[in-house]
Amino acid sequence: MIPELGQFALILALLLSVLQAFFGIAGPALGRERWTAAVIPAVAGQFVMVSTAMGCLMAAFIGNDFSVRYVAENSNSALPLFYRIAGVWGAHSGSLLLWIFLLACWTLAAAIGTARLPRNFAARVLGVLGTISIGFLLYTLITSNPFVRLDPPWADGMGLNPILQDPGLAAHPPVLYTGYVGLAVAFAFAGAALLEGRLDREWARWTRPWATTAWAFLTCGITLGSWWAYYTLGWGGFWFWDPVENASFMPWLMGTALIHSLAVTEKRGLFKSWTLLLAVLGFSLSLIGTFLVRSGVLISVHSFVASPGRGEFILTFLVIMIGAALALYAWRAPQMQSEAGFELSARESFLLFNNILLVTACGTIFAGEMAPIISIALHLGKLSVGPPYFNPTFLVSMLPLLVLVPFGMHARWKRGGLGERGRTLSIALAAAALIGCAVAFGVFTGAGILSPVSMTLGAWIILASLIDPIDRLRRRIAIPRAVLGMTVAHIGLGVFVIAMTAVQGFTAEQDVALTRGMSARDGGYTFQFERIKPLHGPNYGGAEAKILVSRNGKPVTVMYPQKRTYWVQHMVTTHSAIDINGGSNILVALGQDLGDGRWSFRLQVRPLVLYIWIGALIMAAGGLLAITDRRYRLAESRETAAAGPLPAAGTGS
Amino acid sequence: MMRYFAPLAIFAVIVVIFAFGLHQAPRKDLVPSPLIGKPAPSFTLPSLADPTQTVSNAALHGHWYLLNVWGTWCISCRLEAPELLAIAHTGVVPVIGLDWKDSRSAAMRYLAQRGNPYQQIAFDPGGLEAIHWGVYGAPETFIVNPQGIIVYKYIGPITPGAWTRDFLPRLQAAQTVSGS
Repeated sequence: MIPELGQFALILALLLSVLQAFFGIAGPALGRERWTAAVIPAVAGQFVMVSTAMGCLMAAFIGNDFSVRYVAENSNSALPLFYRIAGVWGAHSGSLLLWIFLLACWTLAAAIGTARLPRNFAARVLGVLGTISIGFLLYTLITSNPFVRLDPPWADGMGLNPILQDPGLAAHPPVLYTGYVGLAVAFAFAGAALLEGRLDREWARWTRPWATTAWAFLTCGITLGSWWAYYTLGWGGFWFWDPVENASFMPWLMGTALIHSLAVTEKRGLFKSWTLLLAVLGFSLSLIGTFLVRSGVLISVHSFVASPGRGEFILTFLVIMIGAALALYAWRAPQMQSEAGFELSARESFLLFNNILLVTACGTIFAGEMAPIISIALHLGKLSVGPPYFNPTFLVSMLPLLVLVPFGMHARWKRGGLGERGRTLSIALAAAALIGCAVAFGVFTGAGILSPVSMTLGAWIILASLIDPIDRLRRRIAIPRAVLGMTVAHIGLGVFVIAMTAVQGFTAEQDVALTRGMSARDGGYTFQFERIKPLHGPNYGGAEAKILVSRNGKPVTVMYPQKRTYWVQHMVTTHSAIDINGGSNILVALGQDLGDGRWSFRLQVRPLVLYIWIGALIMAAGGLLAITDRRYRLAESRETAAAGPLPAAGTGS
Repeated sequence: MMRYFAPLAIFAVIVVIFAFGLHQAPRKDLVPSPLIGKPAPSFTLPSLADPTQTVSNAALHGHWYLLNVWGTWCISCRLEAPELLAIAHTGVVPVIGLDWKDSRSAAMRYLAQRGNPYQQIAFDPGGLEAIHWGVYGAPETFIVNPQGIIVYKYIGPITPGAWTRDFLPRLQAAQTVSGS
């Protein structure tokens, strides 16, 4: 009964989303106030229906209902409750339902958040969100219904893919999708402005908190995924330029460009059409990423099972959504004139360069994604594009961007120049260069050309970020949250850059074969193989080694790398032992049994690697801090006290 | 004002490329298979049915054969089992099984229930042999010619359509060449 209820709720949600899209777009266009007013009930109803469907699927998972195909294929009665719940989004159909659920949450939040904005504009925002909802609900119901029954039901399920049984990964899709779907709200704001054919600085102020929230969630989601890959996959890497990763990274780059461009549009009324285009492209890239990952066009490490009908559906949906938005853009954008000009050395220029570089980086990644498909189309043979392409091309656009960050923070608006900040920035640069070279040559050894340069840039960004808050503190002026948020986010960027440089430049790594009692040296540490014992988990077996780690004769830690075999799937996974020691990250992965008591191990010492993720999380925290700024709250409380601050979608229910 | 149309134009080009890629996708040709055209890795593995016997592809030299990688844990393999039985029934080409990362008892029970399409089955519980063949998922099926060269690799369950479209032409073309 419950699965049928879920399916029925999804069908009702589809009908309501059609109403939402129709009333939201047609109401304001035809000037019918009652139609316009009907959007809100449609949004609320859709939210209730989608939540019901989500609840039904969750109930089927929790209750081990193996008559539901999706549950049978992705869960198992031996699975702990936590992973039975996370199993809901463990595969294609359920993760789509999660997407739809989060879209419903964001739409409801948008309905509340735009309640005090002009009615027609708010209705159009919700109408555009409704069209997105229609697409995803149709897609789920037609090609990927999670409620399909099995006849006869299975006695037990196949179990969740073991590499997905990790708390980090359980949290990864909800957080990442919250970011993706948040970009849909920015897209809807752009869509509403295009439909109205009018865009002013107010629009930028309304849009900013939504775009920034989406960006912060996207940042967290990518960070979680990267941490999970590092920790669970035992590959010892944090970024692989895999199509799935790129699918989330491209919208992130666009989102980063968008939040900077929005700052200029709000402050100076410039870059209007450009900002609109970025808002459209950010979400478009989320959709395109979905297409690439789920259609089978690109085969990736963690791709979903491809079935032909799905790809065609998403492509059609892409053409309708993105095509309509870009056509509207081509028609309306020429009317959106900028309000003023600016000097070449003004902050506007630096933010424009920031945008150009971010979009270029995104473009090179996109080209790398497309290259294999194009080379087949042109009969150039098979081509695989990997890190040798992505790393250098990405660096070429990112290094200049890092150089620009301090200028972008301190150049004056409009008339340009650094003013008295020029000297402070020079001093900061000198100090940063000292720190950078000291770290690159003093603390570590074997530095190349790039390491001291990027260390310096990272340190400079951090120091430059601190100038403004310190200045305000000294002069006892309050620091607005927006400024504080920017400072924090840029410090996060600096931390990230330094950590990345250390890891890329100074990692020690080797594969060794050890028998009991033997030891090996790596990155200044000594690793001694003490013993190995069999492992007995709830749904897996395997082996666990014990490794004593010491440095200069002093014991540092004891590590227990594991190798697990999951019974139900007959799948072997590696659980590396990770230890954090004074900023360095020691990693031991258990390899093969070589016989005669010999085992292979992979040893790695990665300096500061943890700060890659910490830096990224600091960035996200900066974003979230910025949206609590008074002027966004004022914008709402000026008209009403009822509307609260931004609801955090995704944490709901 | 043409520049405002640029995004739309670029998007149109991308859509064309996507449509092409989608057209290609079901054939899975986009997966690079470095082993195609190369000699098949030779293996000698214990037989699934009888641990005291071994199965070696050296004995198959001079014959066409299919090597089908499967496991009882692999749901797509169950999907293709009827088609494999039909292929075995036609007698066009012998099918050699590589039972991958499996347990012997489960595999024997599985074959007893569903029928055995394989002429011989090599047992590879550790999955080491599959690595030499570049297997990264089951099911995968290789066509090997009498010279011991891998002619084709098919990923995913074999459907009747795939059999007539991807397998038969390769087997027949080759047979007329070797027959002349």
